[in-house]
Amino acid sequence: MTATKIVTSRGAPAKEAVKDASMVKQKEMMAAHYDRLTSAHETGHKVAATFVPGNLNELIMCFDLLNNLPEVNAIQNGLRRVSGSYVLEAEKLGHSEDVCTYVKSDIGMMAKGNLAPNGKKFPDPNVLLLSYTGCFTFMKWFELLREQYKCETIMLHTPYMGDGKITKNMIDYMVKQLKEEVIPTLERVSGIKFDIDRLREYLKKSSKAEDDLVRVLQCAKSKPSPIDAYFGGIYYIGPIFGAFRGTQDAIDYYRFLREEVEDRMAKGLGPVTPDGDMGKEKYRLVVEGPPNYTSFRQFWKMFYDEGAVVVASSYTKVGGVYDFGFRHDPDKPLETLAEYCLGVYTNRSLPMRIDMLVNYINEYEADGLLINSIKSCNSFSAGQLLMMREVEKRTGKPAAFVESDLVDPRYFSAANIKNRLESYFQMIDQKRVGASAAA
Amino acid sequence: MATSLNPSSTADIVARANALFEDLSFTTARKWKADKPGRKVIGYMPIYVPREIIHAADMLPLGIVGGGDQLEVIHGDAYYQSYICRIPRSTVELGVTGRLDFVDGMLFPSICDVIRNLSGMWKLMFPHVYSHYFDVPQNYRDDIGGNFYINEMAELRHDLGELRGKPITDDELRHSIAVYNENRALVRDLYSFRAERPWQAPAAEVYLMIRAGLVLPVEEHTVMLRDYLAAARAEERPMRDNCRIVLTGMFCEQPPLNLIKSLELSGCYVVDDDLLLVTRWLLGDVETKGDPLLNLSLAFLHHSESTAAKYEPNQKEKGQHLVRAVKRTAAEGVIFAAPSFCDPALLERPMLQHVLKEAGIPYIAFKYAENSGQMQPIREQAGTFADSIKLWSGA
Ligand code: SF4
Ligand code: SF4
Repeated sequence: MTATKIVTSRGAPAKEAVKDASMVKQKEMMAAHYDRLTSAHETGHKVAATFVPGNLNELIMCFDLLNNLPEVNAIQNGLRRVSGSYVLEAEKLGHSEDVCTYVKSDIGMMAKGNLAPNGKKFPDPNVLLLSYTGCFTFMKWFELLREQYKCETIMLHTPYMGDGKITKNMIDYMVKQLKEEVIPTLERVSGIKFDIDRLREYLKKSSKAEDDLVRVLQCAKSKPSPIDAYFGGIYYIGPIFGAFRGTQDAIDYYRFLREEVEDRMAKGLGPVTPDGDMGKEKYRLVVEGPPNYTSFRQFWKMFYDEGAVVVASSYTKVGGVYDFGFRHDPDKPLETLAEYCLGVYTNRSLPMRIDMLVNYINEYEADGLLINSIKSCNSFSAGQLLMMREVEKRTGKPAAFVESDLVDPRYFSAANIKNRLESYFQMIDQKRVGASAAA
Repeated sequence: MATSLNPSSTADIVARANALFEDLSFTTARKWKADKPGRKVIGYMPIYVPREIIHAADMLPLGIVGGGDQLEVIHGDAYYQSYICRIPRSTVELGVTGRLDFVDGMLFPSICDVIRNLSGMWKLMFPHVYSHYFDVPQNYRDDIGGNFYINEMAELRHDLGELRGKPITDDELRHSIAVYNENRALVRDLYSFRAERPWQAPAAEVYLMIRAGLVLPVEEHTVMLRDYLAAARAEERPMRDNCRIVLTGMFCEQPPLNLIKSLELSGCYVVDDDLLLVTRWLLGDVETKGDPLLNLSLAFLHHSESTAAKYEPNQKEKGQHLVRAVKRTAAEGVIFAAPSFCDPALLERPMLQHVLKEAGIPYIAFKYAENSGQMQPIREQAGTFADSIKLWSGA
């Protein structure tokens, strides 16, 4: 087992965020991927743009394509605080103020030179692989990109799990699309013949990394939780939801991460926050909804300053739900890809999402549910008020609701959110006093 | 063929349609249900469901398109954040106030994430009502999307058969397809008539005629359409110096009737629109011989309307349906009117506008909500648009 190293950048300004070793490793992986992407024209690599939910990284790798994920770029732009100007740029170009800001951040970024976080220009995609999974906006987003890049576009339609089940019809439909549309087009674009054994190898690797990811997330059941499964969780999911699922790098990273987290757990330590080790764990929360990225650190601080740790979150399931047993299965390579796409969090019906949250509150012994409702995102947000009431009813635990946006800084009102959180923590305190008085 | 026993004037027919439109308790549908024991009503939301399957089960398909500007939304707002469109909250309002308590099932078609999520909410809020998310393919190959769609329809057919207590037969389906073909043909006639002589069939009247088709049994609606067309043809009305526009973006949440009226008052004849698309989704007759689900599927895949909720596989085709609509109806411009916060309409808009720009077709854009009260800004915008079109065409 590797000992946990707390890596603080020496000599750095006092406000530099503290990172644990896995975060540093993760950052290096992501940076290496951006370097690979921005040097694609030199290395001769072709590029597939595709979305996080339902992304087919294993398949993409079978064609030696590099995977470029527009949501991840939007997140990077949010964290680097440039998304605001991109969103405005897109609105200047005629995009409505009402629509998803991920799309506008992407379009604004293109209009302003299409620069990756490393300051170099992104390559134009050779193919847009539209995994239409869990969100309607994706379809329009890639139609908008196709208009600009005029490149091949592949639609992979994932039916919605409206009735809470995966049917044979859904799997057959998806496998057929994979066989007859997706794979032949990828062969044509890449000039590489599809090799199903190569896919099996990648899938085998995916499943190994998935085991370790699940173990990491489930460590949050321990008290105190050694991880923050929302703010910290976002780092943890980066490689597996992005361009690394199916690689040896991902296996190494998740093993390393698991060891690091298990070690923290053995020592009875809480999560590492940007300000160092978290103090005493006072509140355990389940969070529904994506975070805000433009004020990510400020938002997180509102939690750890109060001793609140997120023990489970739905956002860390948008690129795949693994904690209820699903693993990529090399023995049925195309079916497993279909099943993976069908099962991502936002492709689940509202009752299924509620069941998941209730399950998390019970299994992770949380004090309640917090919903961060995102203005941009109908896929997540429509229905969340009912979800909140249902979860409260079923668990008897209090829930709270805050609103922000993913990458549009105009919709992050720190004072409002802080107030709301503070009264929520008081509510939890009162509930505890009430419970112990009744006991 | 259904015929009318009581030919009447446009005013009478429109008054009846208007009463249906204003009736938020769905009295006619309730009465239809009460008239015969065992009858069932299946609600459906925009954008498209194959109503033939519901009809074939002897059930009444009932189009639910929100509460409009007359419904006071009291409970619905507690279910939705301010940045979500109006239609789901007023639909929830209709549900929780008991206005839909006679509805035996609800279908939520694949249109956007809001309606999609509402399907799950409905299951939780009304657990005793059959509620189903009706998925349609985004792949248009017969052996891929077609197979998927046939199986989805088969599931619906099976479920409704169970609800009725008797499976739906192929003959019943074939009969229903024929009944809807007749209805669709009249809707097409009405739209062509309006495109030809828009002063004879004002947009608000045409809207009410089509809207009546959401609540009436289809056979009755067909009679109404035939009567209206006959009356509208016979009645000479003054022609105004209006410009001709195509209205687009209104395929889900409905604009207030006043908005449609305002456009005409401000100098625009509406010669085509995408309102209540379910009535015109399938562009021609559906084959009545052979396998009915296959026929419905072929019509869906190859002869159906283009709209934001559909993926356009061919970049060159993107937006061309709108250019074609402009040409077909000799329109002089396009008005983009989208519900606030409507992702499909608003994300689609820039792409359609690029296509129009390329084709040299002028356009304007605004947003509305089903309960928008203030028509003045829209009237001014549409008026200026109409004036500028006249100026260009005179030049
Ligand atoms: S609507 Fe939501 S899920 Fe869809 S792209 Fe935007 S943020 Fe992502
Ligand atoms: S108005 Fe638009 S966003 Fe709202 S439910 Fe309809 S299609 Fe969806």
